[in-house]
Amino acid sequence: MTLRATVEELVREFRANGRIVIVGASLAGLRAAETLRAEGFTGSLTIIGDEPYEPYDRPPLSKQVLKGWVPADHTKLPRMREVDADWRLGVAATGLDRDTKQVRLADGEQVPYDRLLIATGTRARQWPNPSEAALYGVHTIRSRDDAAQLQKALAESPSRVLVIGAGFIGSEVASVCRELDIPVTVVERGSAPLVGALGGVIGEIAAQMQREHGVDLRCGLGVSSLEGDSGGHVRRAHLSDGTTVDADVVVASLGSIRNVEWLEGSGLAAGFWGVGCDAGGRAFDINGVVTDSIYVAGDVARAPHVLYEYQFLAMEHWDNAVLGAEVAAHNMVNLEPNYRPHLLLPGFWSGQFGVNIKSVGVPPFGDEIVFTQGSVEERRFAAAYGHGGRIVAAVTFDHGKWLEYYGKLIEQSGPFPPPPPGWDQPPDMKPVPAEFPDPRVPTAIPDVVLTGHAPSERTAEFRPRRH
Amino acid sequence: MVEETPWQQALRYANRANPYPFYEELRRTPVARQPDGTYVVSTYQEIVALLHDPRVSSDVRKLPVPVAAPAEGSAEAEPITEAVISLEPNIITQDPPEHDRDRRMMTPRFVGPPHSPHLISDLEPEIRRIVDGLLDNMQGKTRFDAVDEFAYPLPVTVICKVLGVPLEDEPRFHSWIETALDALDFGPEAASEEMQSRLAGGRRAVQEFGQFAADLLDRYARQPGPGMLSAMVNEDGPEERMSQGVLASNALLLIFAGHETTVNLIAHSVLTLLRHPDALEKLRRRPELIVPGVEELLRFESSVQFWHTRSAVEDIDIAGTTIPKGAPIFLAYGSANRDPQRFTDPDELDLERCDNQHLGFSQGIHFCFGAPLARLEVQVAVGEFVRRVQNPRLVEDPPPYRHNQIFRGPRHVLVDIDGIHD
Ligand SMILES: Cc1cc2nc3c(=O)[nH]c(=O)nc-3n(C[C@H](O)[C@H](O)[C@H](O)COP(=O)(O)OP(=O)(O)OC[C@H]3O[C@@H](n4cnc5c(N)ncnc54)[C@H](O)[C@@H]3O)c2cc1C
Repeated sequence: MTLRATVEELVREFRANGRIVIVGASLAGLRAAETLRAEGFTGSLTIIGDEPYEPYDRPPLSKQVLKGWVPADHTKLPRMREVDADWRLGVAATGLDRDTKQVRLADGEQVPYDRLLIATGTRARQWPNPSEAALYGVHTIRSRDDAAQLQKALAESPSRVLVIGAGFIGSEVASVCRELDIPVTVVERGSAPLVGALGGVIGEIAAQMQREHGVDLRCGLGVSSLEGDSGGHVRRAHLSDGTTVDADVVVASLGSIRNVEWLEGSGLAAGFWGVGCDAGGRAFDINGVVTDSIYVAGDVARAPHVLYEYQFLAMEHWDNAVLGAEVAAHNMVNLEPNYRPHLLLPGFWSGQFGVNIKSVGVPPFGDEIVFTQGSVEERRFAAAYGHGGRIVAAVTFDHGKWLEYYGKLIEQSGPFPPPPPGWDQPPDMKPVPAEFPDPRVPTAIPDVVLTGHAPSERTAEFRPRRH
Repeated sequence: MVEETPWQQALRYANRANPYPFYEELRRTPVARQPDGTYVVSTYQEIVALLHDPRVSSDVRKLPVPVAAPAEGSAEAEPITEAVISLEPNIITQDPPEHDRDRRMMTPRFVGPPHSPHLISDLEPEIRRIVDGLLDNMQGKTRFDAVDEFAYPLPVTVICKVLGVPLEDEPRFHSWIETALDALDFGPEAASEEMQSRLAGGRRAVQEFGQFAADLLDRYARQPGPGMLSAMVNEDGPEERMSQGVLASNALLLIFAGHETTVNLIAHSVLTLLRHPDALEKLRRRPELIVPGVEELLRFESSVQFWHTRSAVEDIDIAGTTIPKGAPIFLAYGSANRDPQRFTDPDELDLERCDNQHLGFSQGIHFCFGAPLARLEVQVAVGEFVRRVQNPRLVEDPPPYRHNQIFRGPRHVLVDIDGIHD
């Protein structure tokens, strides 16, 4: 047999009888499983998830679920096709042994794999003081159960809700509170809501929006401690300026932590920003060498992106989980040259205060912003972000139908400022600084992070040899 | 004589039944400048790009007049825009921000969401009742006209009900619409004497129709009644209310669009299924395929073959061509829906086609306002047709077509049948 024929035989054999394990039974895990089957993989498929539930959808949790429109347990993800998998739900993966190719489970079992997909996503960053975090009435929101509890708390008409952190999720919670006519205070360490994701210019608009809707918004401040009553129920928060806020529900929306601890000792490039992988989803080891059998997708993955100077992007976005999973799954059962890249243009949507916010590209990569369509006063506009004379991102408020146009421009590295529209031009079309916070300033962590550095910036320092 | 472009050939009446070979030729030049200075865009990617390009205007008042150079032997300027311009703008001939504001005001009263998400789905029993009645009426017949007796009555009855237009006025506005449609011609035959005289009639019809809409709205202003038109006249806060003229123009648009496109879609769906007995049989066996099936029928014979009121407000570079500022742009949906770069085997009818993002309802901010209603009507009508009509056979293929190229559809589709199931 020729070498080529042998390799083809091996691929056929793997597709027919290989063993694939997916860790993380949520959006990315499910979509990957479906893609594997769609691609003709008929071997054994095991899906491990620490949550007891079948895969469900998270975006509705901070929106329709909190409003009480949809019960938290009605968010199950639709199935695109039969996956015929061995589901291990309610049990966490606790370790990875790459020598013996086994995933260790919390119940002591070992699951062998030929190929592994890591899709463990992120979890909510908890309020840092454990005893305060344990107070009754202190919430985070990531899971179905979180959302159900918070929804219940909101339905009991609390006298005031305190939201700590005004990123997308915190702002959505504040918006829901106002819709339910619950008094709400938002405390944000940055200069405005959404600044990490969209910069200070848009942040200022988001701030006005919150205030117009009666949110007690306090920026440039932190919460230093939470105080409970004798029954262990949270009652008050102390802020860094010495003031206090009385609240009986506190929502800590402090960004997320990547679920990588179980990979410790595995020798994979796993850390604070997730698991490094190439654009095809193949995981890197700690030396930057690509592995052959381990893949990553979803919130926990970070991969270089050609449009952003090959910086590594970690994206906590729904689209990214779906498309990344599809690409990784495809590559798991194919060989070069049939690998596919996951070169999604990042995209995000959010609904708050009656406005549909969408973005495309990576706004924090931009340093300038220009309003391109519509009217800021009416909260219906499009704006573009630029870097080095090209357009790198765009954001729309109730103007989502135009996003596709900006997406195309970004993909083509179109000019910044972009060509003016033929109508509905905003009064001022002069680019201004986009006002992203210095990355070293702690603030709500944006959902797309650039985790590499631009080679031209030369910010890395090499240590001199000591011997 | 100058040779005709593929586009002009596609528009010739003789080719109405099958413009697709000409579209195929046309797609070799995705953005083709026509002798009259119009740019015809025929490929999927390019059309989608322009539908999302804020440098493209839909406002007919921004169209340079005349659109066309006078055709041979005729001194007449392009007629259509004139007739349309004489009306106040409506949502398809407006750009943002006016477009967005007016559409926003109309949406909740027509398509429902977010305020009344069940508006359309609640119509289903009524639609079923009408379809059942139409099929019941055919009991005992061996031949019927699927246009006059089936495709036409349903959308008309439904749109009258939704809008609150008295059904007894239907014959009047039906004839205005027919006359107006027959007066439109974008092809080489436009200059003929016959078309010129139809044109005059068409202008009159549009005017009378406009007056009818205005009168109806006046009546509702004095005495509120059922339906969307009355709601639009009466329920708005003072600052949001549309002007009377704009209201009338939109009313006319809704009556017209709710009237015409669905008729053609149902007629074409029946025609297409009778031409593809395998597909018909499949749909009979698997009625659940009606939902993807209707999408495929929309792709296969899109009701609106092209749209003609767009223009470039700036120079636009696309597919290696620059559409100059001010040029009229025709978007050929009927061609895009058969673009092999976008759809595998586009000339095959595949009721289970995946990834079927056709342009049968357009895309972008002017995406068909009535799409949810049209979908429901066609799903019910075609589904019941397939279920109840016994052994249907086409009598004449191709059937006679209506004159209009935009709203392309058969004038009659005669069908022989063995009977009607219960
Ligand atoms: C409240 C909320 C609102 C959102 N709204 C939007 C929105 O509007 N738009 C948008 O684009 N995105 C939104 N997102 C983000 C989007 O939901 C995520 O990008 C998406 O869920 C990522 O999918 P994933 O499968 O990568 O990760 P996850 O959904 O986080 O799934 C990872 C799964 O792995 C499990 N797991 C972790 N560690 C282990 C282990 N060791 N062993 C076994 N299982 C493990 C986790 O419990 C979890 O079930 C929102 C997220 C949240 C929480």
